[in-house]
Amino acid sequence: MTALNTGHEAVSSVTPVRRRATTRRRAGLAGYLFVSGYAILLLAFGIFPTVYAFFLALTNDRGQFTGLNQFIKVAQDYRFAPAFLNISLYLVMWLLSVVVLTVVVAIVLRSRMRPRLSAIFRFLYYLPGALAGVASVLVWLFMLDPAVSPVSWLLQSMGFADFAAVLSPGDLPVILVLIAFWTGAGGWIVVMYGALNNIPDEVLEAARTDGAGPWKTAWHIQIPMIRKWIAYMAILAFAGGTQLFVEPQMLQTASLGRVSPTWSPNQLAYVYAFQHGDFNGAAAISIFLLALGLICAALLVTRSDLFKVDES
Amino acid sequence: MKSPESAKPGMRRLVSRSAFALLSLSAATVLAGCASATQSTPTASPSAAFKPAAQTAGSQITVWADSTRLPAVQQYQKSHPDVKMNIVTYDGSANGSTYLQTKVQLFDRTGNGWPDVVFGSPTDVTWASQPTSPSATAFAAPLDANLVPQQTLDGFAKGSLAPCQFNGHTYCLRNDIAQVVLWYNKTLMDKFGYQVPTTWEQYEALGEQVAKEHPGYLVGAVGDTNSQESYFWSSQCPAFQLEDPATLKVDLADGNCTRMATLLDKLIAAKAVTTQGFFSQGFAKDPGGSKVLMANGPSWYGQYLFNAAFKVPAGQIAAAAPLTWEGETTAATGNVGGGVWMVSSHSKNLKASTDLATWLTTSNDFQANAPTYPAYVPAAKAWLANPANSKYFATDISAVFEQAADLVWTGWSNTKFSDATAWSNVVLPALTQGKTLTETLPQWQTAITDEAKSVGYTIATK
Repeated sequence: MTALNTGHEAVSSVTPVRRRATTRRRAGLAGYLFVSGYAILLLAFGIFPTVYAFFLALTNDRGQFTGLNQFIKVAQDYRFAPAFLNISLYLVMWLLSVVVLTVVVAIVLRSRMRPRLSAIFRFLYYLPGALAGVASVLVWLFMLDPAVSPVSWLLQSMGFADFAAVLSPGDLPVILVLIAFWTGAGGWIVVMYGALNNIPDEVLEAARTDGAGPWKTAWHIQIPMIRKWIAYMAILAFAGGTQLFVEPQMLQTASLGRVSPTWSPNQLAYVYAFQHGDFNGAAAISIFLLALGLICAALLVTRSDLFKVDES
Repeated sequence: MKSPESAKPGMRRLVSRSAFALLSLSAATVLAGCASATQSTPTASPSAAFKPAAQTAGSQITVWADSTRLPAVQQYQKSHPDVKMNIVTYDGSANGSTYLQTKVQLFDRTGNGWPDVVFGSPTDVTWASQPTSPSATAFAAPLDANLVPQQTLDGFAKGSLAPCQFNGHTYCLRNDIAQVVLWYNKTLMDKFGYQVPTTWEQYEALGEQVAKEHPGYLVGAVGDTNSQESYFWSSQCPAFQLEDPATLKVDLADGNCTRMATLLDKLIAAKAVTTQGFFSQGFAKDPGGSKVLMANGPSWYGQYLFNAAFKVPAGQIAAAAPLTWEGETTAATGNVGGGVWMVSSHSKNLKASTDLATWLTTSNDFQANAPTYPAYVPAAKAWLANPANSKYFATDISAVFEQAADLVWTGWSNTKFSDATAWSNVVLPALTQGKTLTETLPQWQTAITDEAKSVGYTIATK
């Protein structure tokens, strides 16, 4: 859900930048007014909590300055390494599938399908994204339990006799990627489709005249031209992925505790805050996640020229 | 797809240089010696008198109960219409849930919102009897401090209030005991011509016989979140043994643990014991309750598992005394759950709150019909005398229940963390993958000690 909303922002925020290059700024008070709503919310729910988290992470519950000790403490926790290992495994699979599959599907929908059919498919892909995170987990709990699943024959034939067997620790990243992809990818397919629409028909026609087949066109024309959108999707998918919480938490409850309550770093932070009452340690874990997200974003932004304004 | 940009390398060097400077600076601050990151341990002096919040007579009290105890609270409301109550249903800390703890942590930070009376697990008392932070007050009110008469407290079954007691105060009232007994299907046992075992050795032999003669029938299940309490607690395995309030003995290599692991491994291999849980999704459908010949489990298995979940017809199920080990003179048994009622120290109406908690645990009006075996002795007598509690069973269960209630082994302590977590997410997945209990014991040991250390226990293994 979040991925999709921010996806629209991306598309709309690129256009004003472009326009500014040609027409000099004429925006007066109205501009600030339009931005203010977002800016205030960003300050209240984005910037301020981040600053507060930094404050907490650098102090202890007596308010004394602790330097990096909170970070060292949580990093030495026996649950820290497994949680980050779990999330890395999940992120690799999630990013690969979301980047490769959504782009491929969008290209197929754009170039290889009649517009009517393509619209129907885009709607169908988008539908699961309309379910809230918790509801989609419930759908998957139902799907993955051989006792009630409509595809229980498939699960049985794969050797899963009961729900407990499905939820074995090694399969969890795959299950979580399935859920995330099912809910998140549809929105991105729509966004990528929009990006592909931005490519002028003349360019594609020229490619065709030069003898480029559909695959060559996709590889040499379409993908390079929507590179920024792909980078943008990767940044948001990565940031969203590191914050994985609802899905493993729900699986943990639904499986009666067979899934570790500290499977993802965000869950570990939750346990720190609400079971140990250690809000400072929890803040330190969240700063680790923030750093991870920022590093990835910085890499992708610099590598893909995401913020470079077109000079044309 | 790199675009050549001449300015970049120089920029990068600058960035990396300043990053290095920043890093070394922060390293220096660390070396300079900052305050410790460890949580401050609340100094709970036992002598400090309990200071109640300002009382408002007749004010509304908020009650949190699980769905099983909800009718009890509603019954109280009906018989006491003048008490203003707000009744909330929650998970009741079942299956190692930490919902109550999470919420109280938040209420302690915001300074309001606490419920007045809550139903919880004994584990909840370990944190509720202590402040969650230096500025907070312990959530549970000491009930022996002029709230509940000593005479009432003395009426609870021997040792049943032990999980409530800390620093010489009593912080909760025990709702029910869940002593482990040996449940069996008398109709099936008679049909197959089997004798009810009295020792674990006989149980093992019978399990192997069942596997051979009547494959598909089960003598137990280990896949529930509380199976370790039915089996390893009954075997007197020192898995969660507090030597003093800060030292926990965890020794799964002890003979009392390995003998149970070996026994279960044999029966699991023979398929007489399943690695599924009785309460896991789909068990009631396949293999189904009619396949359960025996089940070593708590007193509430009778009504909850066989009657409500498995829908075994009345007149089939019976209970036998806890199993013993050959050569051991004193029998011991486990305990699976048994809830407690706590009163909030923040309550603005302690009188009504305490009255409710006392009524819920001691009144025959409710406890004689309670779904579980009462911890309050006079209520337990009334419970056993109530035909509704015994008519479902094939034999009289009173003697077995009363005997088992006194046999609960005290070496399995009530710790600050749930004994279900490590069992559920380390041992059970390993069993599902086909590993044996014996080879999983070291992993279980590590998981328990890690968890214990993270909440501040010192570990003793021998």
